Amino acid sequence: MRISIQWLRDWLQIDETPEELGHRLTMAGLELDAIEVAAPAFSGVRVGRVAKVEPHPDADRLRICQVEAGEAEPLTIVCGAPNVHEGMVAPVAVVGAVLPDNFRIKKSKLRGVASAGMLCSARELGLAEDAEGLLALPTDLEIGADLRTALGLDDHILEVDLTPNRADCLGMRGIARECSALLDRPLNENVAEQTGAELDVSVAVRVEDTEACPLYAARVLDGLDARAPTPLWMTERLRRAGVRPLSAIVDVTNYVMLELGQPLHAFDAGRLGGTIEVRWARSGESLTLLGGDQTVELAEQDLVIASATAPVALAGIMGGADSAVGDDTTRVVLECAHFAPLALAGRARAHGLHTDASHRFERGVDPTLVEQAMERATRLLLEICGGQCGPVERVGEPPSSHFEQPIQLRRPRIERLLGTTFGDAEVERILGALACRVESAEDGWQVWAPRARFDLEREEDLIEELARVHGYDRLPQRLPSPVAPAERPPALRGLREQLASEGFHEVISFSFIDAEASRAFYPTVEPLGLANPISSDLAVMRPGLWPGLVATAAHNQARQQPDLRLFEHGLRFVPDASGLRQEPRLAGLLGGRAHPEHWDAASRRVDFFDAKGVVEALCASVDAPLGFRAEKHPALHDGQSARILAGDRPIGWVGRLHPALCKQFDVEPVYLFDLDARAILHAPVAQFTPLSPYPSIRRDLALVVKEAVPAGDVLNAIRELNLELVQGVRMFDVYQGKGLNPDEKSLALGLILRAFDRTLGEQDVTNVTDKVVEHLHARFQATLRQ
Amino acid sequence: MHVEQLQQLVAEARDRIEAATDLKALDDVRVQYLGKKGSITAQLKELGKLPAEERPAAGQKVNEAKTEVAGLIEARKQALADSALAEQLASEQVDVTLPGRRLPEGSLHPITHTLERIEAFFAGLGFRVAEGPEVEDDFHNFEALNIPEHHPARAMHDTFYFDAHRVLRTHTSPVQIRTMEQQKPPLRVIAPGRVYRCDSDLTHSPMFHQVEGLCVDEDITFADLRGVLSAFLQSFFGRDDLATRFRPSYFPFTEPSAEVDIQCVHCGGDGCRVCSHTGWLEVMGCGMVHPNVLGHVDIDPEQYTGFAFGLGVERMAMLRHGVNDLRLFFDNDIRFIRQFGRTG
Repeated sequence: MRISIQWLRDWLQIDETPEELGHRLTMAGLELDAIEVAAPAFSGVRVGRVAKVEPHPDADRLRICQVEAGEAEPLTIVCGAPNVHEGMVAPVAVVGAVLPDNFRIKKSKLRGVASAGMLCSARELGLAEDAEGLLALPTDLEIGADLRTALGLDDHILEVDLTPNRADCLGMRGIARECSALLDRPLNENVAEQTGAELDVSVAVRVEDTEACPLYAARVLDGLDARAPTPLWMTERLRRAGVRPLSAIVDVTNYVMLELGQPLHAFDAGRLGGTIEVRWARSGESLTLLGGDQTVELAEQDLVIASATAPVALAGIMGGADSAVGDDTTRVVLECAHFAPLALAGRARAHGLHTDASHRFERGVDPTLVEQAMERATRLLLEICGGQCGPVERVGEPPSSHFEQPIQLRRPRIERLLGTTFGDAEVERILGALACRVESAEDGWQVWAPRARFDLEREEDLIEELARVHGYDRLPQRLPSPVAPAERPPALRGLREQLASEGFHEVISFSFIDAEASRAFYPTVEPLGLANPISSDLAVMRPGLWPGLVATAAHNQARQQPDLRLFEHGLRFVPDASGLRQEPRLAGLLGGRAHPEHWDAASRRVDFFDAKGVVEALCASVDAPLGFRAEKHPALHDGQSARILAGDRPIGWVGRLHPALCKQFDVEPVYLFDLDARAILHAPVAQFTPLSPYPSIRRDLALVVKEAVPAGDVLNAIRELNLELVQGVRMFDVYQGKGLNPDEKSLALGLILRAFDRTLGEQDVTNVTDKVVEHLHARFQATLRQ
Repeated sequence: MHVEQLQQLVAEARDRIEAATDLKALDDVRVQYLGKKGSITAQLKELGKLPAEERPAAGQKVNEAKTEVAGLIEARKQALADSALAEQLASEQVDVTLPGRRLPEGSLHPITHTLERIEAFFAGLGFRVAEGPEVEDDFHNFEALNIPEHHPARAMHDTFYFDAHRVLRTHTSPVQIRTMEQQKPPLRVIAPGRVYRCDSDLTHSPMFHQVEGLCVDEDITFADLRGVLSAFLQSFFGRDDLATRFRPSYFPFTEPSAEVDIQCVHCGGDGCRVCSHTGWLEVMGCGMVHPNVLGHVDIDPEQYTGFAFGLGVERMAMLRHGVNDLRLFFDNDIRFIRQFGRTG
């Protein structure tokens, strides 16, 4: 909403600077966005009257004008404007004037004729974007007066952002009401007088749904001159409010809307055929909107204004092109109605529209304004365009609503909510200034809110008004009573820090991805698709975190960052029979060199076991034995892919990105892991076990098994034996080649043995190794390597 | 035996000790002069040939000679050890300016650092972390928060939706509802997480992060809300004197509602590009929980009052770290993320 401070002075005295007033409004919830000046700086421009116009002897398009500008003698000014004529009052920049952009007016000669100044257009004064010819001023202005003073151009416009609850401030009078409360200054209410009917012409109105349109008023005005110029004071106010002046009839309806907040519409009566119907649209109907550029297909939820034959307007949103007033219009039907917010809700948006009218009706317009706005617009139209008016045809009543019930405001409740008390006089002053009716009650007040304040429905709303007008910053502050600090589960933080200390960078990628990427990584999942995606590459909810990580890797590889360790924590979205699973995952990616380049170390690329090592470290606190099982995954290399198991329970995947996907997503080879974050977030409290005072003994064994035997199975088999003395097993070499059959491999194992009650002897060691070798032979036909 | 002979031997030994260049040569010298068959040792054996009255004096001379030679050997030994050590040290010298061996340094996302800072502050005041789904139903995202269908506030949310009932949550506020459905007051929770709006340009990302806070108890007032948030903002920006201001605003789920501004951290309140020359930066929305919201979760608004707040995490991170482009957070360029290290 753009607020001209001068316009505001129609209702109350404003002594504050624009900055002060803007600050006060901001601190009351009408946030100041910008302060603009009504006109850019210029000086030396006066109101001039063109007394005489003569042709220029040497130029067809120039005229020599005698201009009265408050001097003893008229000024001779050469002018090229097409609309200059004798008797015209227009701005004149005299010698020495400075126009916007520091344009100085000097004595000059145009085609040999001396010119003592310049007659100005609105554009030259920075009052309009463009202009045809001179700015025609009202003829009753004092000739020679300073233009800035004469037009009140030393005005400021406050642009404020209104929250949707403050529909009452979508008119200047509502803003004035607010300012009067904030500044504690009286408000001059000037109510438009009724204009009696001079014509016996009316229009028949029928309203189909009185809930959607509780009140509809219309009147005929005839004999109007649609070409009459809109008075300058009005175009100036419209301009300052950000509305482009169009023609007198439209300007008046806009002006009244800006002044009071009530939208109005003028139809060309000739196109209506004498009847108006307010009804729901029928399917198949369409309407070409004002301006003629857009035709909307109407739906049954669209409330329309219709003639006997067809819709002529989208009610409360926009008029139609066919019934629009034009230059030749002489008879109009002026509409002023109240539409229920719910009846219009979402309809403008459904047609891709957002208009001044729909903005107001959706938020709620005071229904008692209908009559006032009708009278105000009528008077203005008759004043400007001439003509006569018929009687107001009115159907319905302002809707009854919660406004008729008083709101109980309890004195203790104010303190309960705000932590401070208000004096009774202050409560009554504030609510009264906001146009509430206030009556004392037993422990407080009964309050009737004004009809314009749709947002005042209950006690808390009134308490907010008290706080708001009083000023939030003048209310007390304190800390609530202390309680014990909240326990913060350290697990996720710990894992993040662990990854960061292992060289991983944390990324956050979008939760929605390209449907094609989803299909490539998770072909068995039908992902949850957005109905209104922002673009096709952000269209479905990710069934996993890998597509984001791989895209991130490609992005970084393309920016000369080949060595990548990335991780992300976030939800995956997997639709299944029971609904949608939204599960937290911790996933990572490794690519490039295994270690940073160093002058004393050989370079090596990351491989499967780097990724697996990270997984093992992350799963250190999993509550069941960690296992890895060779298993294929559509996104992973067939031979380098493993299911991660906690006991028998699958908790994730680790492996190398499938070469086909590397190609598809334009990424160098990378390794991926993905873990169920809930499975690895256990942080059991460490429990002490006693230390043995006796030394340990290590015994190394080289065992030959078939190549196909998984090394992990061999390690598990030793663990399964559950030998008391075996404290640990190391796999320190895997050998294939010379000395072995081609289908065999040798696994080098180190057994760490220790007892708690004695130093182990050779016999102990032999007993253990015999058992191990025997068991492995039985399980895998393992033999000791000779 | 002559004294001259003894002196001769000592002089000889001294020369040879000085000539010895390693421990072996030195030991040879020791054996030759002081060993059982050594030439100075032999002098002692000669004592028997002397008259009894001359023996003590002669014996003392020999012993003095022995001690002198032994001392010379010891000194030489030390000198040799010193030079050997010096040689070893010299040979083991490294170029200390060569780069050290280290693990590559990883980093956490600046959003994580920011969330960590926020969570840590509120944990100290007893606020527990709560979570909720990101694909939310219409009831929790809107209805229960006093935003019925066709409420103008819905249009402000630019909602992503899946079907008639499911949306991507547009704020973390539904976690308020989910928390209050499960637990009854006293309640202190914060809900950090991802939120989504169908809007993408220079200053809007279709996905971003919020932290929601909720405090419900029997005696919570607007004064508590102001106290907690002022203290939080001062703590977050590490400035005890950071000015904050509370402006009336509108959220359907709070009444009274407020927006919180801080004094511009860029210009200190003088006015600059960052604060659009107002000296203030809007950082949070908040208010007293609307009675309708409490009513939806069967908490008696006559008995309990509460405050709620929400803040945009990206905005806080941008202000704290001087990041000037929102989109950097989701480009995931590691040259960007790396700058925030492990501690932010």
